[in-house]
Amino acid sequence: MNSYLAGIFIGLFMVLAYYFSGEGLGASGALKSVVVASVDAVNHDYASNASFFKARVGGEHSPAKTWLVFEVLGVIAGAIISAAFAGRLKIEIGKPTHITNKKRLIAALIGGALFGIGSQLGRGCTSGMVMSGMGVLSLSGFIGLIGIFGGGYIIAYFFRKLWI
Amino acid sequence: MGPLFPQELISEEINILIGFFIGIGFGFFLEAAGFTNTKKLAGVFYGYDFVVLKVFFSAAITAAILLFFLNHFGIMDISLTFYPKTFWIPTLIGGFIMAFGFIIGGFCPGTSICAAVTGKIDAMVFVLGAIIGIFAYAFSFDALWKDLRNSGAMGNVNIAEWMGISDGLFILLLTVVAAVAFFAVTIIQKKVTANRDYEL
Repeated sequence: MNSYLAGIFIGLFMVLAYYFSGEGLGASGALKSVVVASVDAVNHDYASNASFFKARVGGEHSPAKTWLVFEVLGVIAGAIISAAFAGRLKIEIGKPTHITNKKRLIAALIGGALFGIGSQLGRGCTSGMVMSGMGVLSLSGFIGLIGIFGGGYIIAYFFRKLWI
Repeated sequence: MGPLFPQELISEEINILIGFFIGIGFGFFLEAAGFTNTKKLAGVFYGYDFVVLKVFFSAAITAAILLFFLNHFGIMDISLTFYPKTFWIPTLIGGFIMAFGFIIGGFCPGTSICAAVTGKIDAMVFVLGAIIGIFAYAFSFDALWKDLRNSGAMGNVNIAEWMGISDGLFILLLTVVAAVAFFAVTIIQKKVTANRDYEL
């Protein structure tokens, strides 16, 4: 699909999200909910006392967190529908041919871990903080934009062998 | 008048259901735009494919323009949304850590979820990595992150107000910058791909 058209549609869904729910479009927050729920299930006492978890478990009910989890379940369904229509549902490892599978998977694991840490410290990821933040002109979104994309251009040269 | 849920104009159940359907739209167009292809995503940093920049800016600007008019004509009050508060220090540092994550891992959380569920094994590993990263962050929160995460607190800051200009003027400037960027990256992409074949 044309990139600009896809962007306009994503923008429209962001407006709907703000209009109905007062929320932007997120992703990393749902992964955090998975982590919080699993730690709470394994060791409720720990989760009720450690400061990262205690604000997020227990009696306190958080509709925003639940919303994000359902939104991401929708993202999963939407991606599968689109890929199915386009014939792109295929098990494979996405990588340039000069990289071995092992190298690609190790890089994906390390990159994922860094993104996980960065999104918690930065209070959101590319969608929930930067793109949705920019939509409502939040300064935070533009600082995130500089951090992620500005930072990306600064360091891209050093990791070029992973891609080109 | 919106936003509906924060003013309790719709129930929590309906809100969650709407969230699910909005997610379907988001996921559908992320996949359709090609965001499950890690080589296309990395292309934005190496000049051979700018789909990330094009989709990202068209989405942000579409939303900014529409939300501006909805707010202006009293159809929706942006100040009642769950507005992202600004903590500039952790967001800048966290953003830089995410830059490493993006370049090394080839995805961000949203794109990795779309790619993982449509069969990309590297994306499944990225999601696993992200969950491990969040675990690591959570367990080291008090020792390493707590003070840093709450530093640089500025509250709800609108960038246009912060720069001392009107929202409308800021959005106009942002749109002009994006239009110039769209034009420039099309030329850059042509030049970069003219000398060498890049796999996509």
